[in-house]
Amino acid sequence: MENFNAKEVKDVVIRFSGDSGDGMQLTGTLFSNTSALIGNGISTFPDYPAEIRAPQGTVAGVSGFQVHIGSGNVTNPGDYCDALIAMNPAALKANRKWLKPDATVIIDGDTLTEDNVKKAGFETLDPIAELGLEGYNVVIPDITTMTKAALADMGLDNKTVVKCKNMFALGICFYIFNQSEDYAKRYIDSKFAKKNPAVAEANKLAIDAGYNYAANTHQFANTYKVAAAPLQKGKYRSINGNVATAWGFIAAAEKAGLPLFCGSYPITPATVILEELAKHKELGVKTVQAEDEIAGICTSIGAAFAGNFAVTTTSGPGLSLKSEALGLAVMAELPLVVVDVQRGGPSTGLPTKTEQSDLMQALYGRNGECPVVVIAASSPSDCFHYAYMASKIAMEHMTPVVLLTDGFIANGSEPWRIPTMADYPSICPPIVEEAPAEGEFMPYARGENLARGWAFPGKEGLEHRIGGLEKDHIKGSISYDPANHQEMTKTRAAKVAKVVEVIPDLEVMGAADADVLVVGWGGTKGHLQSAVSDMQAEGKSIAHLHLNYLNPLPHNTEDMLKGHKRIVICELNEGQLASYLRQNFQDIRFEQYNKVEGQPFTVVELKEKFNSLL
Amino acid sequence: MAEYKYTPADFKSDQIVKWCPGCGDHAILNAVQRAMPEVADALDIPHNKFTFVSGIGCSSRFIYYMKTFGFHTIHGRAAAIATGIKVANPDLSVWVCTGDGDSLAIGGNHFIHAIRRNIDLNMILFNNEIYGLTKGQYSPTTKLGKITKTSPAGTVEKPFNPGELVIGAKGTFFARTIDAEVMLTKDCLVAAAKHKGMAVVEALVNCVIFNDKTHAAFAGDKATRTKNTITLRHGEKMLFGEGNAKGLVLENMQLKAVTVGEDGYTIDDILTHDAHCVDTTLHSMLAAMKHPDLPVAIGVIRDVKDEQVYDVKVAEQVEQLKASAKLHSVDDLLNSGETWMIE
Ligand SMILES: Cc1ncc(C[n+]2csc(CCOP(=O)(O)OP(=O)(O)O)c2C)c(N)n1
Ligand code: SF4
Ligand SMILES: [Mg+2]
Repeated sequence: MENFNAKEVKDVVIRFSGDSGDGMQLTGTLFSNTSALIGNGISTFPDYPAEIRAPQGTVAGVSGFQVHIGSGNVTNPGDYCDALIAMNPAALKANRKWLKPDATVIIDGDTLTEDNVKKAGFETLDPIAELGLEGYNVVIPDITTMTKAALADMGLDNKTVVKCKNMFALGICFYIFNQSEDYAKRYIDSKFAKKNPAVAEANKLAIDAGYNYAANTHQFANTYKVAAAPLQKGKYRSINGNVATAWGFIAAAEKAGLPLFCGSYPITPATVILEELAKHKELGVKTVQAEDEIAGICTSIGAAFAGNFAVTTTSGPGLSLKSEALGLAVMAELPLVVVDVQRGGPSTGLPTKTEQSDLMQALYGRNGECPVVVIAASSPSDCFHYAYMASKIAMEHMTPVVLLTDGFIANGSEPWRIPTMADYPSICPPIVEEAPAEGEFMPYARGENLARGWAFPGKEGLEHRIGGLEKDHIKGSISYDPANHQEMTKTRAAKVAKVVEVIPDLEVMGAADADVLVVGWGGTKGHLQSAVSDMQAEGKSIAHLHLNYLNPLPHNTEDMLKGHKRIVICELNEGQLASYLRQNFQDIRFEQYNKVEGQPFTVVELKEKFNSLL
Repeated sequence: MAEYKYTPADFKSDQIVKWCPGCGDHAILNAVQRAMPEVADALDIPHNKFTFVSGIGCSSRFIYYMKTFGFHTIHGRAAAIATGIKVANPDLSVWVCTGDGDSLAIGGNHFIHAIRRNIDLNMILFNNEIYGLTKGQYSPTTKLGKITKTSPAGTVEKPFNPGELVIGAKGTFFARTIDAEVMLTKDCLVAAAKHKGMAVVEALVNCVIFNDKTHAAFAGDKATRTKNTITLRHGEKMLFGEGNAKGLVLENMQLKAVTVGEDGYTIDDILTHDAHCVDTTLHSMLAAMKHPDLPVAIGVIRDVKDEQVYDVKVAEQVEQLKASAKLHSVDDLLNSGETWMIE
């Protein structure tokens, strides 16, 4: 079924959108995995409502999945789309603003009933005109009717048949984007063939029907082809940020030779990390679904004391609940990684939307002088790397580490070249193996990196007591001595500061003396990189600096910030990194570009902003 | 039975005990240090496996006085931290020391859930019916109407009875003791240690400074205790009072104290204590007995076998899944599922 009129394009962005129950996440995933198999660069992002089943047919109930495929390095799921697949008028309405000017819009004609159009909140009965879509390539196939016709002979009930309409839409997309149906069919077989062969057959037939419809109608005169990206050779898989985070911890525990423990409480968008860890008991992972976030971190602190590598996972509101206990971990100087998958705040905020507004909470949100290491991941797949590094630092430096990710990279996925554990650095925590030959064990005696010894209960001769009260700088017994408190406060800070010795220097993408330096941190990396590299290609004097290690900041941070006419800090908050950098580098002038709409930056708006600075 | 032959001195740390003179907590420390050698031998637990965890409060200072592994944590969270310790290393003998405020107010959530999970912890709940460390505010166990610093006109909230709470939360072990009854305390602690699953020992302790004599009406001196408390022992008749002259009978679904040989009651009418009975009805009634209507129950009230022990089950699942696993390493994990080659 090769299509010879295909137009080669560098990249395309496709958005699948429908009711939460329409199976759009699966449709999008099958499309993106198919593209991955032919070697496209890919980035995807699901966009779903907070309610599990918001009222059918309403804009609030629309669930979307965006796929960006390209023949180059794809760093983000794209902002505006080339094709929108809308399974109902609400989906059309919700996504109108994300259409590129010449986009193809496919909407299921069967759903354009008076009832549905009203439910979607249209004022007239002509949604196409009302949304001003006349200039667009709008195609209105009767997807439901055609799916029913294609499956008429299967003897299935109406509900099952109608459920296959997403596969019909997928078939259309396979034709338009010149992709093979093989992978999707194999997937369907692996999922349904055993349990329900008729359903598997129906889904596969629906894909064929959609494909054939698209090939036969003249409405898709243009089809597109995206060449394989020049990806590094190797074995790839697709991974999302939450799974990558979970795997990073499992990897670190294996490397350290310790069991992994996770005490946690479910919260969007972090829950998948706990779910993923719970799946891997076979690798020695123990999970405790605690009664609340406080118990989540507390069970983890207990496990760390007892000699497991312990993590706790949460989102902003949960981090608030964990703050007192995090202080205990600082005081007790135990290794612990706390993951905050940031979401829109404050309070319950926007649970399913992304934001970067917990930086200050991570850096400072505790009583007392209470430093912790703060690290942020910046893409779905690098969550693995930063989870691993956070773990290594926590264990080797005997300190809590807060790992910040966000809803965008946690849910987004991308192809990932599978690493080999042999290539990852060793993890050697300062475990105390035996009692000192002479005298008592001193729990707060320190090594060169200022980490104290980790002495597990159960080891003979190492009996010792620790706790949240200030303690003597060597013996660990309670101490109210003023000079000791001063010394311990400084030591805890110095221990965290010393982590700078093991983190990599920053590298600027672009010229060291570019006129404009764009600074970001965490999950905005893909969009910032795209915008800056586009502008560099246009010959603009612009560079990009991205931070992953936030406390301590890398050695050369100040050097990297110097030598530019203007520096703009871009964040999905009201300027938290900006305040932090101003506090650290008081002679440097920083400008800000901020957004808190619960959405990632768009490359378009970033370029517009950066151009205004040049 | 092992023979470590530890002595109480082996469990005494070098820290000076800083509770007020006359504080009931001293007697509990004494009893714990006597119980540990017995527990070590009975359950074959070497010294280095004892781990004490506490929250915040006067009573939570306990762990500093034990020459064992110890973790003095934050207010209310000892049960949660101990849960992590026990799951991480089920070989440890984990003891939680907590106050009535620590475990029933700020830590109430962790308290009931630790009990519900039936994790194999031993908890000593120091109930002085007051916040000691913060100097005398009422707690969730303070008697209704009590005048304290934060209830100058008397409290207007009813107290919890910890025993009822434990049993209501599906507790498998509950014992109650009185600070002055050191040997009984020791026996309760040994029984708690032997119990597989969560064990709560409520110690009625006197705060001489902020709530003096709160338990005195039934726990004051030896004679008062004989008259107004009943020491329950599994398999024995529920007798109490001078010369064990009195006993408990069940009438119209209610407990009643009677004198044996009076009003037609004979020894055969007196209930026999069955601590192992799964049904909670009688245990709840016994735990709820209040002075002056009925004698206050001390000793092991409930000690029920239950296979569903949380830390054991977590470890079992890990072992079972390891044995049948397809993935044996992180490399296996990374390469599992859908993958593809870019040549
Ligand atoms: C988060 C927090 N809130 C409040 C306190 C203050 N505080 C310390 S101990 C305590 C109550 C202790 O009462 P209880 O648990 O009955 O122990 P007791 O001192 O009576 O043995 C309170 C309110 C604290 N340390 N931490
Ligand atoms: S204040 Fe009360 S509870 Fe605290 S040590 Fe003194 S007597 Fe004991
Ligand atoms: Mg108290």
